[in-house]
Amino acid sequence: MKYIDEYRDERIARALVAEIRQRVTRTWMLMEICGGQTHTIMRYGLDELLPSQVQLVHGPGCPVCVTPLETIDHAIAIASRPEVTFVSYGDMLRVPGSRSDLFRVKAAGGDVRVVYSPVEALKMARAMPKRRVVFFGIGFETTAPANAMAVWQAKREGLMNFSMLASHVLVPPAIRLLLRSPHNRVQGFIAPGHVCTVMGYRQYEALAREFGVPIVVGGFEPLDLLEAIHMLVEQLEEGRAEVENQYVRSVSYAGNLPAQRIMEEVYEVCDRKWRGIGPIPQSGLRLRPEYAAFDAEAVFGLGESSVEEPAACISAEVLQGLKKPVDCPAFAQLCSPEHPLGAPMVSPEGACAAYYQYRRHAVSM
Amino acid sequence: MCLAVPGKILKTEDHNGSRVGRVQFGGITRDAYLDFVPEAQPGDYVMVHVGFAISRVDAEEAERTYRLLEAMGLLEGEGLVPP
Repeated sequence: MKYIDEYRDERIARALVAEIRQRVTRTWMLMEICGGQTHTIMRYGLDELLPSQVQLVHGPGCPVCVTPLETIDHAIAIASRPEVTFVSYGDMLRVPGSRSDLFRVKAAGGDVRVVYSPVEALKMARAMPKRRVVFFGIGFETTAPANAMAVWQAKREGLMNFSMLASHVLVPPAIRLLLRSPHNRVQGFIAPGHVCTVMGYRQYEALAREFGVPIVVGGFEPLDLLEAIHMLVEQLEEGRAEVENQYVRSVSYAGNLPAQRIMEEVYEVCDRKWRGIGPIPQSGLRLRPEYAAFDAEAVFGLGESSVEEPAACISAEVLQGLKKPVDCPAFAQLCSPEHPLGAPMVSPEGACAAYYQYRRHAVSM
Repeated sequence: MCLAVPGKILKTEDHNGSRVGRVQFGGITRDAYLDFVPEAQPGDYVMVHVGFAISRVDAEEAERTYRLLEAMGLLEGEGLVPP
């Protein structure tokens, strides 16, 4: 309850919680996919506010967390080249690769720069024609269209010193993998509001039908999440398994069509390995062959490689909702945001980092 | 990473063939590409993610969301805190 008092819609929040409490007759296990939603849940202590029958587990929706170790190693290799200006979203710098991280490359004199938008990387490529500017294009469907625009624009301008190391991932195939697992405990999903702002929610209907699981598209504010949870509990108690949209102020059924068109133009769907989870069929986006001249994997001739995670890290189970961060023996001991063993402790959206920030004092250590 | 911040379009102009909006987020303004919201006009509120508007939202909702993101300390990560 400690955080809800800070929230100005406290009265509505308490009313929604009371409704949920009244409605629930048995235990339901729900998962929010998006790391931003995990952050809100922990920040406002929503999980502590809910009746004990409503269990929340946290999903794999942190792109920084699931970017494969091999790709981080590729990024480090490219960023270490003297002719390269390596441009990335800030969260990626501290993500541990198998031996180093981008922050250390920068500290050792590498030209590694942080931006808020891929457009900044394009500007650098225009301003520094002698440098090879490589943008680290990560993210879910929310971010993919913006990164696609940068590549499309580079091709249009013939900006041959620009390329992108693309490691995009898609939400629905990850939900499918979780639901297919014999260990799955999740009975209802909160689908990520900004992913669905871009993609709409048509794709989720097949999942709801096939697996008999309710899915509610949810926003990122405490009330959004409580309302989404309420909608899921209603469906579960009534035995329904439908796709519903809580986040109507940003999400439409068909999504953002211009954004989908640029994704279709620039990317093709591919199999992708997710850090901590493993390969998921048809779960990634890579640049189409027509854009190979702007594909850093092709430009720098990076080969296939496979590396292992530190044994102490249980991020695989955390990212699949099988365990909570506090179940990890390394949590807040060997592993902290200052010295992360795994990616979920690096990104503020990672479940481990969210627990570290808001809950570590509640854990008996 | 999937955070989108609401802002108000003050004016629009053409940059290299793309329509770009000058967008106000609280006390600071920033350029945001409007390629994905071709219908958006000055005065409209848009949700901006990594420099691109991805949806148009109601003004009142936008103000409320912005204040909440500010209270949650999430604007700093997006570079939207005045120096």
